[in-house]
Amino acid sequence: MMIDYPLVWAGLIGFAVLAYVLLDGFDLGIALIYPWLGGEAEQDIAMNSVAPVWDGNETWLVLGGGGLFAVFPLAYSIIMPALYAPLIAMLLGLILRGVAFEFRWRTVRGKFVWNWAFTLGSLVASLCQGIMLGTLVQGIAVEGRAYAGGWWDWLTPFSLACGVAMVVGYVLLGATWLVLKTEGDLQALARKVAWYAGSGTLALIGIVSLWTPMLQPEYMQRWFGWPALLYVAPVPLLVVAAAASLFLGLRRGHDARPFLSANALFILCYIGLVISFYPYIVPPSISIWQAAGPDSSLKFLLAGAVVLIPIIVVYTAHAYWVFRGKVDPAAGYH
Amino acid sequence: MDWANAIDLARFQFAFTITFHFLLPAFSIGLASYLAVLEGLWLLTGRAIYLDTFKFWLKIFAVAFGMGVVSGLVMSYQFGTNWSVFSDKTGPVLGPMMGYEVLSAFFLEAGFLGVMLFGMKKVGKRLHFLATLLVAVGTAFSAFWILSVNSWMQTPVGYAVNEVGQFVPDDWWAIVFNPSFPYRFVHTVLAAYLTTAFIIGATGAWHLLRDNQNGVARLMFSMAMWMAVTVAPIQILAGDMHGLNTLEHQPAKIAAMEGHFETRQGAPLVLFGFPDQAAGEVRYALEVPKLGSLILTHDVDGEVKGLEEWPRQDWPNVAVVFWSFRVMLAIGFAMLGLGLISLFLRWRGALFDRPWMLRIAVLMGPSGLLAVVAGWIVTEMGRQPYSVYGLLRTTDSVSPLDAPAVAGSLLAFIVVYFFVFGAGIFYLLRMMGKTPVAGDHGPDAMVPVMAAAMALGPAASRRPNPVGGKGDL
Repeated sequence: MMIDYPLVWAGLIGFAVLAYVLLDGFDLGIALIYPWLGGEAEQDIAMNSVAPVWDGNETWLVLGGGGLFAVFPLAYSIIMPALYAPLIAMLLGLILRGVAFEFRWRTVRGKFVWNWAFTLGSLVASLCQGIMLGTLVQGIAVEGRAYAGGWWDWLTPFSLACGVAMVVGYVLLGATWLVLKTEGDLQALARKVAWYAGSGTLALIGIVSLWTPMLQPEYMQRWFGWPALLYVAPVPLLVVAAAASLFLGLRRGHDARPFLSANALFILCYIGLVISFYPYIVPPSISIWQAAGPDSSLKFLLAGAVVLIPIIVVYTAHAYWVFRGKVDPAAGYH
Repeated sequence: MDWANAIDLARFQFAFTITFHFLLPAFSIGLASYLAVLEGLWLLTGRAIYLDTFKFWLKIFAVAFGMGVVSGLVMSYQFGTNWSVFSDKTGPVLGPMMGYEVLSAFFLEAGFLGVMLFGMKKVGKRLHFLATLLVAVGTAFSAFWILSVNSWMQTPVGYAVNEVGQFVPDDWWAIVFNPSFPYRFVHTVLAAYLTTAFIIGATGAWHLLRDNQNGVARLMFSMAMWMAVTVAPIQILAGDMHGLNTLEHQPAKIAAMEGHFETRQGAPLVLFGFPDQAAGEVRYALEVPKLGSLILTHDVDGEVKGLEEWPRQDWPNVAVVFWSFRVMLAIGFAMLGLGLISLFLRWRGALFDRPWMLRIAVLMGPSGLLAVVAGWIVTEMGRQPYSVYGLLRTTDSVSPLDAPAVAGSLLAFIVVYFFVFGAGIFYLLRMMGKTPVAGDHGPDAMVPVMAAAMALGPAASRRPNPVGGKGDL
C-alpha cells in the first residue's frame, strides 16, 4: 500500500497546531481577563487553574514549529522569515508571560510587574498569532526556494483584523475555562466576560470569513463556487449551532457547556481554514507535496510519532484529570 | 543593505540567545536528577531531611525550568527566522531528530512537571516519585537528541544531497550516532551534572558558613562534593577522548584550540600566549616542548597538523577558541582540586568545619556554568566558518535578511532577556540564600499530608486528605 506521507504529516501538524490553539488559547485568554479580576485572591485562583498545565500546552507550539522544520523544511524556511517581526514579538511575549507563572510568587514588591508581564505578554502573543495567521491567509511572496517579500508585508488591515479576532477569541476560551474551573463571584464575572467575548468572537468570525474569499480568487471558488458551496455550507451552519449552544449554556448556568461550545467554534473556524488552504501550505504557491522533505525523513519521524503522540495524549489527559474539578484556593506548592 | 553585517548580527543573536538558554538546561538536567535521587532516598529511608532538601530545590527547579522552556521556544523558531537557508538544506536530516526531541522529551517533561510541582497531595508519593523520575528522564532524552543534532553539524555522515541541494537522510543510524555524538553526549551531560553539583555545593557551603550544624546544608554540601570528586576526573578523561575524536574529524579545530599554526613533529604544548591570526603565530607563547605531540598522538615525535594546512578562509577565530579552551580546562582542574580537598577533609572528619574551603566552594558556585559556556564556544566557534562542517558555510546558511530587521530583533531580545533573566537570576539566588530549616515547611499546603503520610506509612496517602479536600472532585 502506498502511504501519502506528506498528507499524513500535514494532518499531524495540523492537529498539533489545533491542539496548541485550543489548549494555550484558554491559558492566554485567562491572562487577558486577569487585570479585571476582583483582587489578588481571584487572580491566584485564575493562575492556579492553568499553572500545572500551561507548559504542556505550549509544547504543542514547539511541535508545530519543530514538525514544520522536520517535515516541510521548505515551508518552514519561507514562512519564518515572512513572519519575522510578529513571530519574534510572539516569542518575547510568551517569554514574559511564561516566567510570570513562577516569578510572581517570588516577590511581594515586584508582584505587580509580573502580573502585567503575564497580561501584556499574553496580549502580544495572542495578537501576533492572529496576525501571523492572517499573513498566511493573505498569501506569501515566494521566489525560488526563498521568501521574496518585504519585512512589513505582514502588516495589513486584514492581518490586523485576524489579530483582534484571535485576542477576542482567546478571551472567550479563557472566560469559559474559568466558568468551568471556578465558583462564586469569579465564575459570575467569567460568565459575563464570556457573554461579551462570545458576541465579539462571532462578529469577528463573520468579518474575517467574508473578507477571506476576497483575498484570492481560489478562496472565492472554494467557498462560493458551485457545487463547492454545497460541501462547505455545513461549516457556517455549525458555527451558528455552536454559538447558540454557547449562549444557551451561559444563560442556563452550565459549567462545562460554554467551554466546549467555544472549543467547537474554534475547531469549526480551523476547518474553514483548512478548506481555504488545501492543498497549499504556503498559499498561494507551495503545496504540501512541494514543501515536504524526502519520504525517508517523513517515515523516520512518523514511526515514532504514531507511538509517542497517543502516549502524549494519554499522559496529558492524565495531568488534566489529576487537576480536575474546581480550583482549590488553598492549593499550590508556593 | 549591508549583507555581511546582517550575517554578523544574526550570528551574534544566535550566540546570545543560545548562551542564555544553554545555561538553564545545563543546570536543570543535573537538578532534575538530583531531585529524583532525593525523593527516591526519602521514599527508601523515610528520613525527613531528604524531603526538606527536595523541597528546597524543587522551587528553584521550577523557576529555572520555566526560564529554560521559554528561552528554548525561541531556539526552535530561530533556525527559521534567521537561518532559513540552513533550515531548508538540513531540515530533512536535522528536523526529524528535533521532532523526536519534542515528542520524547519536551512533552514528557511538560506533562509531568505539573504533577511534580503541584500534585503531591493529589496523586500520592509513589506516583509523584514517578513524575519526578520522568521529568529527569525527559531532560536526558532532550540532551540526547539535541546533542545528536549538534554533533551531526560537526561530523556529518549518513546523508546524500538531492537535486535541490538539500541534505537528505541515507542511513539514520549513522546520522543519529554520528562519529562525534557519543563523546559530545557524555562530555556535555557530565558537564551538566558538575554544573549542578557546584551550584548545590556553593549553596550548602554558603549556609554552612553561617551555621555548620544545619543538616540540610550538610547534606547538600556532602552530596555535591562526592559528585565533584567522582565526576570531575571522569569528565577530564571524557574530555580528553572527545578531543582525540575531534582531532580525527576536525583537526583544524584542534589546531586552533592548541594554538598550532605550523605543522610540526614533536609539537610543543602551548600553555599560554596570544594567538595572532593575521601573522599566523602565537605571540609570547609559554610552551612545554614535545608535550603537544605526546598528548595528541601519544608519541613525543608525532606529527601535529597546524592551521597552515588549510586555506585561511577556512580558519576559525583562533584567539577565541584558544582562550575559551583554556578557561574550560582551568575550571575543570579547579573542580577536581576542590573535590580532592573535600575528600581529604572528609577523611579527617572536617568536611563542614573549614571556612576557607567553604568560601572556595561558594566562589566556585558558577564555575560549571562558565566552563559549559567556554566549552560550547570552543566547539561552536571551532566549527566555523561552517554551519555543517566542511559542507555548508555559515555565510551561505543565513536568511535573506535586512540588517535593520535583525538589529531590531536583536535589540528586543537583549532588552527582554536582561530584564527577564536578570530578575530570574535574582530570584534564584534569593531562594538559594534562604536558610533551609529542617522540618519547617512554611505555609505550604502539602505539608500536613506528607507529615501524616510519614507517620502512618504508605496507606495514608490514599486516605481523603484533610487539607483542601474540596478540590478533589
